[in-house]
Amino acid sequence: MRDMAPDTSLAMAEAPSATPPILATRALCYEAGGKRRIDTVTLSIHARRRTMIMGANGAGKSVLLRLMHGLLKPTQGAVLWHGQSQSAVARGAQAMVFQRPIMLRRSARANLKFALGARGIRGAACAEQAEQGLAMANLSDIAHSPARLLSSGEQQRLAVARALICKPELLFLDEPTSSLDPASTQMIEDLVNAAHAQGVTIVMVTHDLGQARRMGDDVIFLHAGQVAESGRLSDVLSQPRAPSTRAWLQGRLYTDATL
Amino acid sequence: MPSFLDILTEALGLILSWERALSEIVILSLRVTLTAVVISCVLGLPLGAMVGAFRFPGRGLLTVILNALMGLPPVVVGLMVYLTLSASGPMGALQLLYTPAAMIIAQTILVTPIVAALTKQVVEDLHGEYAEQFASFGLTARDRIAALLWDARYSLLTVALAGFGRAVAEVGAVLIVGGNINHVTRMMTTTIALETSKGNLELALALGLLLLGIAVIVNASVMALRASAVRATYA
Ligand SMILES: Nc1ncnc2c1ncn2[C@@H]1O[C@H](COP(=O)(O)OP(=O)(O)O)[C@@H](O)[C@H]1O
Ligand SMILES: [Mg+2]
Repeated sequence: MRDMAPDTSLAMAEAPSATPPILATRALCYEAGGKRRIDTVTLSIHARRRTMIMGANGAGKSVLLRLMHGLLKPTQGAVLWHGQSQSAVARGAQAMVFQRPIMLRRSARANLKFALGARGIRGAACAEQAEQGLAMANLSDIAHSPARLLSSGEQQRLAVARALICKPELLFLDEPTSSLDPASTQMIEDLVNAAHAQGVTIVMVTHDLGQARRMGDDVIFLHAGQVAESGRLSDVLSQPRAPSTRAWLQGRLYTDATL
Repeated sequence: MPSFLDILTEALGLILSWERALSEIVILSLRVTLTAVVISCVLGLPLGAMVGAFRFPGRGLLTVILNALMGLPPVVVGLMVYLTLSASGPMGALQLLYTPAAMIIAQTILVTPIVAALTKQVVEDLHGEYAEQFASFGLTARDRIAALLWDARYSLLTVALAGFGRAVAEVGAVLIVGGNINHVTRMMTTTIALETSKGNLELALALGLLLLGIAVIVNASVMALRASAVRATYA
């Protein structure tokens, strides 16, 4: 599955704006702690592409992801899913992997079955898809182990598999590899790329420029809650226009200090 | 006046011979208390879980009430239940006063707030950890409660045992509504109080030792449960 991903990404790299976006935000604002954490963000996520969300710590990447997934309610503006306002139905077609995997106090297998059950998948289909998920995450041998006893790499693999067995149209990932070693990171990237090859739209927050280059089709750079720059990843990285993006790429921007 | 050693020997003899006078008291005590704890869990676990997991108007007030009820003086509960069940009271027609049922009611009133308040705390902490994942899964309220109660199962078992510990050692409420009637409503605690005042120290001490044994077993179970849960990182 590792060698499939680059081919598909090339095939799908053409004219992202030709089709209507799978998800879009309109003048999205989010206030917390008396400050605008997300400030008038309008963006489009294109179907079957891998969009990287980048920016300094505190730029609002995690908040934006939660807004797009409907875990937070915007103060102003809207999230559109296939052109309709975001709803519980829309969230059912999405899945999210958090920075630190949230594991139920159950076995690895039971964690997968729980996610399937939440989507109304029960019985034989549930058992079968859970086994597929375990195989996908290469965790079949330790399926019965308490999920919280697994290593952080195994937990994150399980979290990705748990998100993917529900067959989402769109998968959000919030820095899924930020605390993993290179081997575990590679396995997560493979899982995500394999899902993408099967048509899942990917929206991933990452701090890691190498990872963004390996995986990204599109990129959105956030700075202080606003979109500093967005577009094809290769274009933005080769010719960054926003001063904050340039600063970030040169390693000068580690905080959300105003430029 | 017999020496303490004589009394102890006789008390141990009573326990070992397991005479009816002793066994019926122990069995009634356990029956009443276990029934009250089961009812308290049926009521208190979902109630506590709901208050712990959901925001709704009146949640703060409910929490304050639950915490206050946790410290209810048993004799006051006994008095309230007595007034309710006595012939002239609102539920006098049921003729429950001085029956095991009356004692179950009193203990349930004492234990339910304990179970609910402790459950609320346990579930609130767990929900803080799970909330975003549950929202992402799109879980219904019922599924959330069920999942939280299941995942907190080890902590909640210790909650139930805490309720049992409180109920089994309680004397004031069951004495008032049960009346400590021989062969009908004699509990371990009420019998200890009565027999001590009558000078029948052997039976009192025998029951006291058994009560102590139950308390030790309950506490040991709590510790063993915690240890095994921690080992499986289910705690
Ligand atoms: N509920 C909240 N209350 C107050 N401040 C918040 C809240 N949520 C996020 N923030 C702040 O918003 C900013 C953006 O946070 P976040 O999206 O987590 O940043 P990052 O880009 O590193 O993921 C941070 O300064 C964070 O402290
Ligand atoms: Mg973040």
